[in-house]
Amino acid sequence: MVRELRITPIRNGTVIDHIANGLALDVLRIIGVRDLDKDSTVSIALHVRSGKIGWKDIVKVENMELSPRKVNAIALISPSATISIIRDHQVREKRAVDLPEHVTGVVRCPNINCISNQGEPIESDFRVVRRRPVVLRCAYCDRQVTDFLRHLA
Amino acid sequence: MALRGRDIVSIRDLSTEEITEILDHARSMIPVAEGKKSSSALEGKVVATAFFEPSTRTRLSFEAAVQRLGGRCLTIADIGVTSMRKGESLYDTVRMLSSYSDAIVLRHPNEGAARLAADASDRPVINAGDGSNQHPTQALLDLMAMHETFGTLAGLKVVLLGDLKYGRTVHSLAIALAQFGSELVLSAPRALALPEDLRGELESLGAKISDEPELRRAVRDADVLYVTRIQKERFPDEGEYRSVAGSYRVDASVLDGAKPQLIVLHPLPRAGEVDPEVDRTPHAAYFRQAFLAVPVRMALLSSILAPTRGG
Repeated sequence: MVRELRITPIRNGTVIDHIANGLALDVLRIIGVRDLDKDSTVSIALHVRSGKIGWKDIVKVENMELSPRKVNAIALISPSATISIIRDHQVREKRAVDLPEHVTGVVRCPNINCISNQGEPIESDFRVVRRRPVVLRCAYCDRQVTDFLRHLA
Repeated sequence: MALRGRDIVSIRDLSTEEITEILDHARSMIPVAEGKKSSSALEGKVVATAFFEPSTRTRLSFEAAVQRLGGRCLTIADIGVTSMRKGESLYDTVRMLSSYSDAIVLRHPNEGAARLAADASDRPVINAGDGSNQHPTQALLDLMAMHETFGTLAGLKVVLLGDLKYGRTVHSLAIALAQFGSELVLSAPRALALPEDLRGELESLGAKISDEPELRRAVRDADVLYVTRIQKERFPDEGEYRSVAGSYRVDASVLDGAKPQLIVLHPLPRAGEVDPEVDRTPHAAYFRQAFLAVPVRMALLSSILAPTRGG
């Protein structure tokens, strides 16, 4: 059987696998591809068969390792995702994303009258009140948020 | 006491045992609040009352509580005379206040302001109302008014009438009543219904909740009618306010079919929701409720600022 190479391997960078089907472009938005090195390649695979979650998306980003804040944001929209750090073509680290108890600086509070939206020298701060599906509660104004994509900081 | 040094930002910060303890303590403070006994529980203490929104009862009752207990107040009652008018952040303002005082009582128009203040301050912060979010000390005095009449909170049937969407006093009170096992009847115009996430929280606390928009039916078997004002200042647009303004009014005829021991509470000020003729019925309890603000706030402040053992 001939194996078709759909996405080229990367030498250094990050592979985000097991992204919930259809959310790869939102993951790219979180990663912030505009900030990438101009010589870096970004590969996206949409609607890939997965033994674990049925169908999935995959994103590979060359020459970039994700900050904990970006990992938290990915965990919010796709708790099934895994992150592999590639160095010299080898997987040096592989882990599932893990949502912490507090999510800081990742989501804006949807309540426009919340003190976190008034230019105060603070970061947004949400408590995770439920994990599946994820429900957040603003640590300042108590507003609950489930629609994270519209409110990513 | 376990409350020493604590922030009171939300009613969720207090357990039912702590609330009961505060109410017991408040009962013992009534003669002091009436000026019949003296106390020096706050002697040498300075409490900052920072009110960035209009207030009559809340600020004055906090200040009366401090002064009856021998403490002193630093007061901001007008944002126009502070450096916030020059663009200073609330965060910086609170940092400064915390270095001048032993505790801060804060009222602010933005939801979450008290939580920010508690983070910024190394002194205890008491939320005296943050936007449409929480007003925990009002809930405490509301509970005291109910407890004083009925001797219990468990099993009371409480009608919450009016602006349940923006009314911060209702948000705090409903959580506390749910924790104490009271039954809640929600009576509100559709546009001012209780926020869904708060209703879900009340249900998760095991509260028995029903909706009854028709006021006479709502009060029929009730023990407490808690009336709120429609707060024009919270509405994002004038049209939304006009669509609900004047949509309910409690007068003596509404109470005709009520139980004789039903009490009518209101956090005040009222703006036409409770006809003055109700004042002359045995149901009116809102002026007593307003008085109870002083002993309740005395109990809270003296617990939060209690001296350390041996100190």
